[in-house]
Amino acid sequence: MFTTILISVLIISLIAAALAAVLAVSENYLGDYGPCKITINKESELEVRGGKSLLALLSQEKIFIPSACGGRGTCGMCKLKVLEGGGPLLPTEEPFLSDEERDSNVRLSCQVKVRNDIEIQIPDEIFAVQEFKCRCADILELTHDIRQFTFELIEPEKIDFVPGQYVQLFTPAYEKSSEEVYRAYSISSDARNDGKIELIIRLVPNGICTTYCFDYLKEGDEVKLNGPYGDFQLSDTEAPIIFIAGGSGMAPIKSMLHQMVNTDNKRKASYFFGANKVSELFLGDLMKDFESQLADFTYVPVVANPEPEENWDGETGLVTEAVKRQIDDASVCEAYLCGSPGMIDASIAVLKELGMKEENIFYDKFA
Amino acid sequence: MNFGSEISQAFVVCISAIFTQNILLSYFLGLCPFIGVSREVKTSIGLGLAVIFVMTFTVMLNWLAYHYVLAPLNLHFFRFIMFIIIIAAFVQFIEMAIDRFSPVLYQNLGVFLPLITVNCAILGVSLFMVIRDYSFIVTIGYGLGSGIGWFLAIIAMAGIRQRLANERIPKGLQGAGITLIVAGIMALAFIGFTGVLQGQ
Ligand code: FES
Repeated sequence: MFTTILISVLIISLIAAALAAVLAVSENYLGDYGPCKITINKESELEVRGGKSLLALLSQEKIFIPSACGGRGTCGMCKLKVLEGGGPLLPTEEPFLSDEERDSNVRLSCQVKVRNDIEIQIPDEIFAVQEFKCRCADILELTHDIRQFTFELIEPEKIDFVPGQYVQLFTPAYEKSSEEVYRAYSISSDARNDGKIELIIRLVPNGICTTYCFDYLKEGDEVKLNGPYGDFQLSDTEAPIIFIAGGSGMAPIKSMLHQMVNTDNKRKASYFFGANKVSELFLGDLMKDFESQLADFTYVPVVANPEPEENWDGETGLVTEAVKRQIDDASVCEAYLCGSPGMIDASIAVLKELGMKEENIFYDKFA
Repeated sequence: MNFGSEISQAFVVCISAIFTQNILLSYFLGLCPFIGVSREVKTSIGLGLAVIFVMTFTVMLNWLAYHYVLAPLNLHFFRFIMFIIIIAAFVQFIEMAIDRFSPVLYQNLGVFLPLITVNCAILGVSLFMVIRDYSFIVTIGYGLGSGIGWFLAIIAMAGIRQRLANERIPKGLQGAGITLIVAGIMALAFIGFTGVLQGQ
């Protein structure tokens, strides 16, 4: 009996090992597409070993295409134009591409496998994207589920970004997640302090990256991030500004307010910050500072349901209701919004009601 | 048995696997992809071709593994695990090879191949070939016939479902419900072939 068990285990293991070896060898042979050339924007050329996705090969070469799902083809963010050599459009890409995009050869870079020489076109800003090695210098608890993380840049030592842009934070595999992921967060720091990056992050229950940041990341730890990305930024007009953002949506607005102080911007501006309870408001002192430093800035915290014992004497109800109460005519204003899709859609509706033109509403929606 | 009579037996077994002993309609194996992927004729053809291909080749490999490794060592009871490992490895290998040598075919079959690894019809055919004690040549005929039988069944079903898409079907029967009823009627129709050939 014992020998039978032994022999059987041995034989099965041997066969499985032999099959695995055959697969590994053939993977090596079949999965190797030899040297391939990636031509970018008709000017630069990269020599890579084919066989992996375009997204992976570009990030290997330190060209970072935005991606929120880590290359699984579910976020639709990693779009770029493949002018030649990309092969036919795959069924996995179809749901993310409009007819127009299909006609102009837009593809999802995580789904296109590099098998031969390939020619692509990517926006110039993406070239400016770099990978940063940083150290977590400070973690500040803002509310029960929102924290401000400050990262000191190690290499390169400086970042050049436009307030309103975001970076992608790398989360290594850890106890609760076996995959490595990148997640996007708006930069909240002052662009003048270019040696550090500050992010305001809200804990998402079971979120891979936020759980990592809240439960595992310690001061002094090294992290990797890349960026900056995005075109959410202040325009250079003189129109009065309405900012609307609650929770961690404050991040890009805070960075923009620093910018206004730095450039001595005299535009009229009000910032409506929505929260459910008084305890969910944060960085109030900083906002008071902005009020005193800026020529014409008002900070309007709005609490939806203040508890009687909280003695709240400010605006109450939904943030959109407060906007309606305080602003009669928004037709000459510009608005900058950041937050959940629900909040942004509601704000856009109210702003339009107040006479604002759609093209003057800029926003950064949390995907 | 000489070679000529083996070939003719293989032929008989192949035809009977397509019609009288259809793996799907007589044994109801491989039912989940049959229900899941039979919405369109085009995708059904892709999946059906992949099944023919994988079935024919894995049944051959499994025959060799069974008769040259398991049987001599008296490890018959290990055939389940062994067959599954071989099927999985084969499918993975084929996926890589098709991706490499025929990207166009990969586009059509590629997404279906991993699905097939866990298709019970594939394992069922390998187990039947052992129970019925088929020779190697007959086994090839059996694998090929079973694959073609499955292919025919799914294409017929997809054709019917495409027509059903425009029909008014009671709410509770839409989707899998009506598909199972149609499968039952198709199975009855295939019973009509019984007696034409006995390939066991
Ligand atoms: S990285 Fe998310 S779809 Fe490509």
